[in-house]
Amino acid sequence: MNYIFYFLIVVSIIAGAINGRLEDVVNSILTGAELSVKVAFSLIGIMAFWLGMMEIAKKSGLVEIISKIIKPVTKRLFNEIPEDSPAVGDIAMSFTANAFGLTNAATPIGIKAMEELQKQNIDKKSASNAMCMFLAMNTAGFQLIPATVIAVLIGIGYKNPTEIIAPTLLVTSIAFISAISIAKLFEKFWIPQKKTGGDI
Amino acid sequence: MFESFMNIISLWALPAIIILILTFGLVRKIPLYEVFTTGAKEGFKVSISIIPYLVAIMVGISMFRASGIIEYIGHILSPVLSHFNVSADIIPLMIVRPLSGSAALGIFSDIAHTAGPESFTTKLAAIMVGSSETTFYVLAVYFGSVGISKLRYALLVGILADIIGIASAILVCNWLF
Repeated sequence: MNYIFYFLIVVSIIAGAINGRLEDVVNSILTGAELSVKVAFSLIGIMAFWLGMMEIAKKSGLVEIISKIIKPVTKRLFNEIPEDSPAVGDIAMSFTANAFGLTNAATPIGIKAMEELQKQNIDKKSASNAMCMFLAMNTAGFQLIPATVIAVLIGIGYKNPTEIIAPTLLVTSIAFISAISIAKLFEKFWIPQKKTGGDI
Repeated sequence: MFESFMNIISLWALPAIIILILTFGLVRKIPLYEVFTTGAKEGFKVSISIIPYLVAIMVGISMFRASGIIEYIGHILSPVLSHFNVSADIIPLMIVRPLSGSAALGIFSDIAHTAGPESFTTKLAAIMVGSSETTFYVLAVYFGSVGISKLRYALLVGILADIIGIASAILVCNWLF
């Protein structure tokens, strides 16, 4: 992350200077900073709602039931976390929310899953294999119905916007399966995490 | 038929999950209100704790977009991609998609308006936007929420999956339309 951070900022400044857009680049610092706080604040309410819902789902045993159903899949994808871990249920719920395009619900539930995965992480500063797999599932963005895209298409007077669903589903499935396979592959060949002292 | 079925699913997914969670909790005799508010308390803490990570990544991305690098990459890529019927308008969308969701949606709207409905460019753009996720944002929020700064291979996987997604969007679009 250090290099990405450095690269994004320093390269942008140099390129901006070359393109004669240095002023825009400097102004974009404020825009970006403002936007990130806006995003975080807009998350508070919906985050509270879904974390509350998830707490009920967890206490009532619903999450446990769901994790039992999808156990055959998660066992293979997340072989490092114990089968009865609450993370499994959270991961399943988050995936379901994403698949239905419920981004508002998916993010808080996904964060809940990350917190559970962090409990089993041997190095609290670096990403565990299970986390990388979970993020691979999320960044691939598997979605059954691209609702926002269809809304835009309807807006421009597209006659049959639903014809886009099947090809999108095909592409998103290819990307999703590739992401999982690549993550599995890296899990074998990447330098393993080192255990750091104590559970902080 | 298929269309209305899909609409019903997207309309009812959220309410159905809420009803399921609440009813199940009630049947199991969970004090719904108390448990809900206990869980909801976390919402504020988590949202605030991701701000530093969001600022780092979103300032970086916003500077990157303002610098004009994206147009430059577009110039390099466009001769290659034009062989696959990819118009030059789509290239910025390809690069912005993993960086910023709202910006990508904005570019997509522009493309859809200028290229018009039923055009190949609009279809390709729609499939690209619909089939992918804002990789950098997701990584910043999820890893930020638990305070992880060493991502190991997570970013690489995300970017590779995005590239595969773009490539297959181009192939699928050429094949179908």
